[in-house]
Amino acid sequence: MHTRPIAMTFFQCDQVFILFKKNVSHYNSPSPSNCLAVMTVVIGFEGSANKIGVGIVRDGEVLSNPRRTYITPPGQGFLPSETARHHRSVILTVLKEALEEAGLKPADIDCVAYTKGPGMGAPLVTVALVARTVAQLWGKPLLGVNHCIGHIEMGRLITQANNPTVLYVSGGNTQVIAYSERRYRIFGETIDIAVGNCLDRFARVIKISNDPSPGYNIEQMAKKGTQYVELPYTVKGMDVSFSGILSYIEEAAGKMLKCNQCTAEDLCFSLQETLFSMLVEITERAMAHCSSQEVLIVGGVGCNLRLQEMMGVMCKERGAKLFATDESFCIDNGAMIAQAGWEMFRSGQTTELSDSWITQRYRTDEVEVTWRD
Amino acid sequence: MAVEGNSVALPQFLKKIELIKQGAEARVYRGSFLGKPTIVKERFPKLYRHPLLDEKLTHRRTVQEVRSILRCRKAGISAPVVYFVDYTSHCIFLEDIVGSITVRDHIASTPLSSAQKLPEERLDQLAKKMGQILAKMHDEDVVHGDLTTSNMLLKAGTESGETELVLIDFGLSYISALPEDKGVDMYVLEKAFLSTHPNTEALFEKLLKAYAASSKKSHAVIKKLDEVRLRGRKRSTVG
Repeated sequence: MHTRPIAMTFFQCDQVFILFKKNVSHYNSPSPSNCLAVMTVVIGFEGSANKIGVGIVRDGEVLSNPRRTYITPPGQGFLPSETARHHRSVILTVLKEALEEAGLKPADIDCVAYTKGPGMGAPLVTVALVARTVAQLWGKPLLGVNHCIGHIEMGRLITQANNPTVLYVSGGNTQVIAYSERRYRIFGETIDIAVGNCLDRFARVIKISNDPSPGYNIEQMAKKGTQYVELPYTVKGMDVSFSGILSYIEEAAGKMLKCNQCTAEDLCFSLQETLFSMLVEITERAMAHCSSQEVLIVGGVGCNLRLQEMMGVMCKERGAKLFATDESFCIDNGAMIAQAGWEMFRSGQTTELSDSWITQRYRTDEVEVTWRD
Repeated sequence: MAVEGNSVALPQFLKKIELIKQGAEARVYRGSFLGKPTIVKERFPKLYRHPLLDEKLTHRRTVQEVRSILRCRKAGISAPVVYFVDYTSHCIFLEDIVGSITVRDHIASTPLSSAQKLPEERLDQLAKKMGQILAKMHDEDVVHGDLTTSNMLLKAGTESGETELVLIDFGLSYISALPEDKGVDMYVLEKAFLSTHPNTEALFEKLLKAYAASSKKSHAVIKKLDEVRLRGRKRSTVG
């Protein structure tokens, strides 16, 4: 079987060669024995931000979900080209891990899902390239998945929430979503930056470590904060705005920390209390609007235990139920793309090679949710 | 201002009257106050918030609501009469607009009702009225902050089917002359409108047309509205 020279210019030659060699014998059309009517196995590739993950899902069971994170030094954010370079250097290793952990061979896969968007351009392209290549190598159909929907579908799978109001909060997105008539409709969102972005950029200002993630370190510092510092609170109907709070606290950090008016821990604490109160408020409004009794938190910021705690208090007061996942599923991962891909594939969707581009902007409500009524 | 006796009297009063709704923001009761049908809006403490933040927010929203209603009323814009405010328990006693329904319920039920005019025509008139009242409000530099079809009431009309619109729920309101703030106000309404009532884009266009025609400062606001619409979408979404 022939190798694909185009791919080789982007990857270390020996890695690609080994991959091709191993799979040469499997490069044939799906045999009848692969098409078990009941079991559907989907592999998902995710790398829209600084996390690169490959996951395999079989009928609602996560068989493997390895991931790597590109961590920058304190005070620095991650840039597209460097992030893409990081992903390129590890993706094939992660892919191998995913197959080995699941105990599967490429022939066992039914569909290759990848993140079509939204996200950062260069990293998305890197991952899509690998997905397209293996799909062609293994002779499997491709599926371009919306990243936000990946989060929602994994959240639904893990928690078994019935029809929740979803709060999707991460470094790149802040949306309150509810399912209605074949769409995940956005009821409220940020009108400027995402809440995670606000937290990450504040972490850079006070130069705290990005390992394992800036948000996690802010959370630990906030636990030691004692003084509540008043910050702007900007809820606009069902929407929120964070850029004003960010500029305010960036300036305040400079002044207040210099004069010892408060500690960095106090600022972390106050920022969390303010940001999370805003998120809980818009979630509550959406719940009241939709008469919903369930809340599901997804996205990297959803790992934050204080946010979960506050949401839990609000739910208790309303007699509603809170659903949340742990960091393996909150944070970007490959299995969530596989899960969303599984739903889409089972409902008859695939992505033609000519349509397998990526896009930095991809609204959650653009996708027709064919797998739910 | 609150007197010592009120700290006991008010909660007891609330226990006796009818709780009609517990919204996200406040509990709403219906009763009688000084012989008039009254709505009592009680902003209760939110336990998930830090107490200092909660007190600041609740107080600010109570004050802003009352101020904005009074400002609107002075300018001839329909809003409920404020009878009494208790700043300790954050309760507002408002005129009960008896026999009214929310615009939301009206739009939701219109296709089913047997009206002389076509349903679309009736809704067109409503959209026009909405645009006009909002234009008047923004010309007064009052930014509502939470425009939805649940926050507009239709007063039961007279013979010709003429209905009067009443604006309520001014808790997130503030005073601002900036087209940016008014544009965001209309954006909030647009989103709430379209997500609650699917396939009503044409109706909302009519609302905006009426708004543009009635307001002297509307051009800048509509321009800002277009900008804000793009803003959320243009942001790089990562993670």
